[in-house]
Amino acid sequence: MRILVCVKRVPAPGAKILVTEDGQDVDAAHLGFTTSPHEECALEEAVQIAEREGGEVTVLTLGEAAAEEQLRYAASVGAHNAVLIPTDGEPWDPQRTARAISQAITDLEAADGAFDLILFGNESADSGGFQVGVRCAYALGRPIVNGIKGIEFADGVASARREIDGGYEVYEVPLPAVFGVKEGINLPRYPTMKGRLASKKVEVASMELQADSGGLARVRLHRPEEQVSETVILGTGADAAGAVCDLLEELGVL
Amino acid sequence: MTLLVVLEHDRGDLADASLEALTAGRGLAAANGWPMHAVIVGANGENLASDAAKYGAEVSHVVGHDMLVDFGPEAWGESVAQLARSIDAGAVMASGTERGNEVLAQIAARLDEPFVANCVTVTPGDPWEITRVQWGGSLLEDTTLVAGMKLLTYGHHSLEPSPADSAGDGSTIAFTPELDATLARTIVQDRTVLTKGVTLATAPVVVSGGRGVGSAEGFGPLEELAELLGGRVGCSRAVTNNGWRPHSDQVGQTGTRIAPEIYIATGISGAIQHWVGAMASKNILAINTDAEANMVVKAGHAVIADLHQVVPAIIDEVKKRKGLA
Ligand SMILES: Cc1cc2nc3c(=O)[nH]c(=O)nc-3n(C[C@H](O)[C@H](O)[C@H](O)COP(=O)(O)OP(=O)(O)OC[C@H]3O[C@@H](n4cnc5c(N)ncnc54)[C@H](O)[C@@H]3O)c2cc1C
Ligand SMILES: Nc1ncnc2c1ncn2[C@@H]1O[C@H](COP(=O)(O)O)[C@@H](O)[C@H]1O
Repeated sequence: MRILVCVKRVPAPGAKILVTEDGQDVDAAHLGFTTSPHEECALEEAVQIAEREGGEVTVLTLGEAAAEEQLRYAASVGAHNAVLIPTDGEPWDPQRTARAISQAITDLEAADGAFDLILFGNESADSGGFQVGVRCAYALGRPIVNGIKGIEFADGVASARREIDGGYEVYEVPLPAVFGVKEGINLPRYPTMKGRLASKKVEVASMELQADSGGLARVRLHRPEEQVSETVILGTGADAAGAVCDLLEELGVL
Repeated sequence: MTLLVVLEHDRGDLADASLEALTAGRGLAAANGWPMHAVIVGANGENLASDAAKYGAEVSHVVGHDMLVDFGPEAWGESVAQLARSIDAGAVMASGTERGNEVLAQIAARLDEPFVANCVTVTPGDPWEITRVQWGGSLLEDTTLVAGMKLLTYGHHSLEPSPADSAGDGSTIAFTPELDATLARTIVQDRTVLTKGVTLATAPVVVSGGRGVGSAEGFGPLEELAELLGGRVGCSRAVTNNGWRPHSDQVGQTGTRIAPEIYIATGISGAIQHWVGAMASKNILAINTDAEANMVVKAGHAVIADLHQVVPAIIDEVKKRKGLA
């Protein structure tokens, strides 16, 4: 099976997200970078499917040159091929991103054959547009379902599970198919030393692509107003139990 | 021009989020001087026209087709796109639920228009000015929107639903889309409900543990406390990553969003991605050895101590007060 996974490089903030002075981006000066948990799980799922069914996993990202870090990480946990669509570092809007990624997929498929399965995250961790995967699937003429937390195969059909409140629903989608995957579908592995070494050797293919922007233009990013509350300290040890239970009684939950 | 609001339902069971969408849509339609229409796709949907009218929809378009019994993102997206084109809608919106965002993305792909997910405020004008959620709610983005047809969702829980001052008459118009049979490929085949009653998302009390709990077994006392209080156990991503709890217990940006009467967060530092899932809690009690932890600083109440000592002591005290010990 030929599988493609699309991941995005995003900053990894801690207790707070700071914004640059001009409001155009997250201030990542003191931050590391990561991939969204949804996409990490999409990658893990792809690697597990390839291990189980046989096949090859390609990981693709659109971003600044430094996004190679996320591609190498993907290779260290099992991706076989890596593709970078370089940008100048400016954020691309969802339409522009989807146009470039669809074009890249079309080119990759023309060269090496169709992908049976393409996995996206349900939404990107930073911009959360909920659309790049859907736009790409439509451009490629393929079915897509989002929110997927389980994938199984039988006779060229993928049976995909999606969570609903207190249960799940099942979709039966013929291959080639596209899914938006959610964290929880699996527990992603950590890279092994061997994986790390191997990832250094993986060749990162660069695909220069241009695409038109859509109708969205960022004005600025800012933090929501925070409700500041004085923290009432109920105690510093086991003897706080009485005060805690008083609070629970006051709230009517005890 | 018209503002079209997509209602979300399962065979006639309306999602609460759709009332939020109608409430937000009513304001947006008024700001534009447009009428608001509702669109109802799927089996038994015609029953929802009276709800839509109560919340201010002038008319409901009932979309019928053999393929439109249960939810299917492609068939729903295609149907609403065709309807929106045929009535020359100025904007189409829904609530930013999983389905709402998915259907709007499908429409956007088909019409090649921009789609703005999880808006908080929308101000029509030239261009439209929008504030939307990023990072699952940790950050806001102001953006301008220029589009032939405006496509957007409102962040789920970003406003309280309220009925209109003057209700519509509940009238309906039937619409039959032309659907290619291949779109049946993404229609729900089967649905299973596993739990009825309180879920993590609806529990009045959530007792949550983070890395500080230390092990899967360490969750035993948290389970016991949650049970005594009629609540549920939650956790941080550090915990699911360690395999101590299933992901269905995870609170946060990529987990569940909760809004209990009280959130008891033990051994959780309160990273922003965790906080956004818990911030709608009415009260927060943090139990942490670190008085400077973000969770402690942001909580209304805190105990600065080792959770392994405090939680058992709370359990004993709860049992005593309940007459169980
Ligand atoms: C895009 C993205 C999405 C994410 N989504 C989520 C999400 O949905 N949910 C989520 O939780 N995280 C999420 N994260 C991860 C998040 O950034 C943090 O890594 C995670 O929440 C940390 O978990 P923690 O608080 O349990 O661990 P830590 O940050 O390690 O904190 C442990 C805390 O326990 C305290 N402690 C230790 N021992 C004790 C003791 N004996 N008694 C009392 N206190 C003790 C420590 O003082 C500390 O405050 C996401 C990250 C990214 C990048
Ligand atoms: N710059 C990017 N590079 C690669 N994949 C992306 C990029 N942006 C978005 N995606 C993919 O599309 C999914 C949905 O993104 P979004 O529409 O931004 O929420 C993400 O989870 C990724 O899988």
